Amino acid sequence: MSAAARSPIRKPPVRHTLKGRILPGFRLSLGFTLAYLGLLILIPLAGIFFKSSSLGWDHFVAGAFDPRAFASYKVTLRASFIGASINVVFGLITAWVLVRYPFPGKRVVDALVDLPFALPTAVAGIALTTLYASNGWVGSWFASGSFPGDLFTPGGLIGRLFPPDSWIGASITPDGLKIAYTELGIIVALTFIGLPFVVRTVQPILEDLSGEIEEAAASLGATRGQTFTRVIFPELLPSLLTGFALAFARAVGEFGSVVFIAGNMPMKTEISPLLIIIKLEQYDYAGATAIAAVMLVASFVLLLGINLIQWWSSRFYDNR
Amino acid sequence: MGATTTKRIKAGSRHVHSSALEESTMARTVLMVLCFGFIGLFLLLPLLAVFFEAFRKGVGVYLATFSDPAARHAIFLTLTVSAVAVPLNTLFGLASAWAITKFEFKGKQILITLIDLPFAVSPVIAGLVFVVIFASHGWAHPLLENSVSGLAGGLPWVGRSIGGWLSAQQPLLADGFWDFLYQEWRFQILFAVPGLVLATCFVTFPFVAREIIPLMQSQGNHEEQAALTLGASGWQTFTRVTLPNIKWALFHGVILCNARAMGEFGAVSVVSGHIRGLTNTIPLQIEILYNEYLFASSFALASLLAFLALVTLVARAALEHLTRRQVQES
Repeated sequence: MSAAARSPIRKPPVRHTLKGRILPGFRLSLGFTLAYLGLLILIPLAGIFFKSSSLGWDHFVAGAFDPRAFASYKVTLRASFIGASINVVFGLITAWVLVRYPFPGKRVVDALVDLPFALPTAVAGIALTTLYASNGWVGSWFASGSFPGDLFTPGGLIGRLFPPDSWIGASITPDGLKIAYTELGIIVALTFIGLPFVVRTVQPILEDLSGEIEEAAASLGATRGQTFTRVIFPELLPSLLTGFALAFARAVGEFGSVVFIAGNMPMKTEISPLLIIIKLEQYDYAGATAIAAVMLVASFVLLLGINLIQWWSSRFYDNR
Repeated sequence: MGATTTKRIKAGSRHVHSSALEESTMARTVLMVLCFGFIGLFLLLPLLAVFFEAFRKGVGVYLATFSDPAARHAIFLTLTVSAVAVPLNTLFGLASAWAITKFEFKGKQILITLIDLPFAVSPVIAGLVFVVIFASHGWAHPLLENSVSGLAGGLPWVGRSIGGWLSAQQPLLADGFWDFLYQEWRFQILFAVPGLVLATCFVTFPFVAREIIPLMQSQGNHEEQAALTLGASGWQTFTRVTLPNIKWALFHGVILCNARAMGEFGAVSVVSGHIRGLTNTIPLQIEILYNEYLFASSFALASLLAFLALVTLVARAALEHLTRRQVQES
């Protein structure tokens, strides 16, 4: 009796031999993974913040926010934003056409969308520069003396809208629209490399969209436009946002494809990654690490934003 | 009267292809024109330009590019770096996929996010992190130097062969900055092959993992568990059950990883020192040739990588076709 009173129902002792991992190799695989990640990624990245913190706050701020660095942030962020926005619009159109309309060679186009993933950035850089230079296949099309080019001269219809000291002013020349070696060229390059992100995030969602909700909307009297804006587009919105964020994050860090077409004029067409390299070549480790730390913080914020978008979309879209 | 009936029927049938279920033909045409225009302008044109410019001066100049010793060394170096980086990253991809998809543990989501890290980090920063660590006033310098000289000294055969290999890597000293670093630094990581390998590994390690993790997650554990009940060891389970299931995705991941490793430019640019004939990979050599206005040669090398990109795209299309067939069969 006393034993029963003393020892009420107790949980059986925990057996530490069988932890519920049936498949073998957990410690080995996880250990190797963590070691690899730690040595290759975490320690080096920590080194950046370590090095930046050893500079002292004043030097860090001076290095990270001096006028040239600040101008590079503006150029990088602005061009990345515009490029990612172009990709959202045209990526949506491309995904729509790929999913919904039959046409010959669809598989080829579908495979081609992945080209910016597969093509090395340096190759893309020189190809785009050659295309958009004043004598290139595309650049010459905008040369003055004939239809589109004359619109973009300083006196032309479109050129008049952009004063010479605006950020796009360098592109409005008497010889027509100058794309390579101006910020427009940077935008072109960043549009190229961000292209697959939006298409590949929107495509699966579009494919999974059942026709039933569209038919329901039609039966309730919606026009096609209303069906799109009120029924289809909200379904696509999380993937569009994710694609935008991914393209934006990639564009901010992009180096190889931009550095050929940009012109790289300090304060005007210099992107932040290039400034880091220039500082390195000038032995200014402090400045380079400071700028890198700022860019890393921006990258982490973007990564966090992407995760938040995905969390939000799974909470509000999947559980209805 | 017959005419009006027909007209009314025709009008009726136009309403059955209701404008609420499909876009009007005009909208459809506009969308397709925009799509093809965009794809043609941004994707097709650059691809065509590479091959066109490569052969602009004729096949003779194209082939002459590859007999240049600097170009040859660049190709050799690129292949070497990939030969080291891709297997390492494949190993990592398999290990991390096994850990993530077959087990539950705390922090799994953090691990998955960490694996995606290189996509968010600029390749220049990827190179910079190694410069910061291994340069003479980085903070790993004294630690690494002492341990490596100790190691090499303790094992004479190893020391001699490493030493021999290292002195063969001795670069031409381009200018005072690199000279200073080389004198400080006895074990050379930066501006030599190990640095290139490290930087390439950093940038390309997620590719294999990202290809096989979703597939393994959708395949689940039951086949491996069945193998275990039938008496297979862990290794047998892995090689005979898991690997065959993921072979196409693994293959595609390896191809992607390889294409990215060979084409990496930003990270390698920082870490290599641009020493012609010694630490230039193909993309760096392309840059040098382009900056020297040797456009045809530059594009000739670029066409190699563009061809590799096309192979990668074909492999992806083939993979999707195969997995679709696999799904249909099961």
